[in-house]
Amino acid sequence: MKLLTHNMLTSHVKGVTKGYPLLIKATEVKVNEVDFNPKFVCRMIPKLEWSALVQAADQLGHREDLPGELVPDYEKNEDFLKKVHRVLLEVEVIEGCLQCPESGREFPISRGIPNMLLNEDEA
Amino acid sequence: MAASGSKSCLQYLFHLAHDHLDFRLPEIKSLLALRLKPFHPCGDFKEQSPFWCLDCLSEEDVCTVMARSVCAKSAFELWGHGRTHSELRTSLLNYPPEKMSPYMQKGSSYRINVYTFNKTLLFEDRIKKIDALDYLPFEGTVSLKNPQHIFCLLEDYGTDPNNIPEHPNYIYFGRWIADGQRELIRSYSVKNRHFIGNTSMDAGLSFIMANHAKAKDNDLVFDPFVGTGSLLVACSHFGAYVCGTDIDYNTIHGKGRSSRKNQKWRGPDENIRANLRQYGKEDMYVDVMVSDASKPVWRKAALFDAIVTDPPYGIRESTRRTGSHKDIIKSPDGLYSESHVPVSQPYHLSDIFTDLLSFAAHHLVLGGRLVYWLPVHRPEYCEEMVPLHPCLLLISNCEQTLSSHTSRRLITMEKIKEPEELDSLAHLSDPRFIPYQGHNAFREKYFSGLNKRSAKDDTKSDVSGK
Repeated sequence: MKLLTHNMLTSHVKGVTKGYPLLIKATEVKVNEVDFNPKFVCRMIPKLEWSALVQAADQLGHREDLPGELVPDYEKNEDFLKKVHRVLLEVEVIEGCLQCPESGREFPISRGIPNMLLNEDEA
Repeated sequence: MAASGSKSCLQYLFHLAHDHLDFRLPEIKSLLALRLKPFHPCGDFKEQSPFWCLDCLSEEDVCTVMARSVCAKSAFELWGHGRTHSELRTSLLNYPPEKMSPYMQKGSSYRINVYTFNKTLLFEDRIKKIDALDYLPFEGTVSLKNPQHIFCLLEDYGTDPNNIPEHPNYIYFGRWIADGQRELIRSYSVKNRHFIGNTSMDAGLSFIMANHAKAKDNDLVFDPFVGTGSLLVACSHFGAYVCGTDIDYNTIHGKGRSSRKNQKWRGPDENIRANLRQYGKEDMYVDVMVSDASKPVWRKAALFDAIVTDPPYGIRESTRRTGSHKDIIKSPDGLYSESHVPVSQPYHLSDIFTDLLSFAAHHLVLGGRLVYWLPVHRPEYCEEMVPLHPCLLLISNCEQTLSSHTSRRLITMEKIKEPEELDSLAHLSDPRFIPYQGHNAFREKYFSGLNKRSAKDDTKSDVSGK
């Protein structure tokens, strides 16, 4: 699971009002190189919940000194875009789980793939 | 190829493959829309004809359309046309010489092809047709192997193979510009795909869907019923980043029985990521997840540029979603083991489409497209059966016939506004949803035409949650 995906996911456990962001508990994290594409990164940045991204990267030890606040004029800042690129697309959680911040329900991640299914009485 | 200003008003001839006729016009229109160009046919336009003349385009427009189209075979700068060879001659001689001369100069090389639709000509007849064009002032030398310029004489003998006229109905002559991407149908064939399933979409239709969706460079495309990822493969080919979900754990993890004839179990690394890797597009892979498309796992925001999907109809795969059942047995300590698979219940087609349209209205960017298949029982089909949503504009609706009484329709919709509170309820009172309401009506009708008894059995097993 890449952090781009994590940034878009939310808990859907029944009755939960604040299910975002999901906490990441990782037991295996990998960095897979992906071609740097500044245009795509620029298109994704406005869609991101910035603080959730920084928090998630921090939890995995891959913050890449990203600032707590989104910098202005990031389109021209290649250095910054490269860091965002790494955090969004290259850092991957291979094993671990995602935890709902409110209910504590855990969604397992195995072989890099989150399982978001809930049991019958949780949905 | 810098097209000069005077060139921008030329006419272009598109030669379409005579295949998937319904899907061609929306494909070409979508690809033109990517360049903000209108579809402007000239003369007597017939959608069913393999030849379309288009106006208001530049050579660059035509080249970019051809770089993606799987419905078009080739495109030409149209120099002349007519119902007879003498009409063609008049037309060609009226074509401005200054627009021809750059391609006919001394020292250049060229060849002329003869293409006939719905008729096969003998070699010597082709040569005769080329010789008859001697009124054109070609000054270059002929090179069959490696010409700088290629010209084509195209003859249309109609579309009825049982009634081929002696003389063509219509004739065109033009300068070849580019070929379409028919080759992709072979090079992306699922026969050679690393990871496939029973319902993997064939390559041609996958590319058509990606084109209808206008999937392009730097887009983020999502498939909520991803299966083995055929649609993601097509979208990634056009430069989109892709992600998908499926309720089936085994499919997403590439486990379980193989869909191949001579192979019982799936091998290691048979998964969607490996499929993208096979075509050199692993960089476009974002993620796939095990998830139920009827559940809100995505943050409420306009995240996706396109949603392209083939929802399950319950014919070759079951339609399921997670949910409660009366007979659930929990282990005594109240905990589910890690391998616990939530019970799934049938996911009615009407609900699939209601959920899908509502999901698209909330999660597409403005102008983003939803492309999906709608199964229909042909004797009952009418346009009013296509589900609508106040935030989604119907762009196209193309039929692919499956049997005498069933077909599926490729529906393309574009998001035109952000949803408001009321919009989410609007479709519920819409009478158009009635045909899909209740049980898997399509599924029952599908089987009713084949075997009445087996349909009954299938319905029973469906209710029991399988």
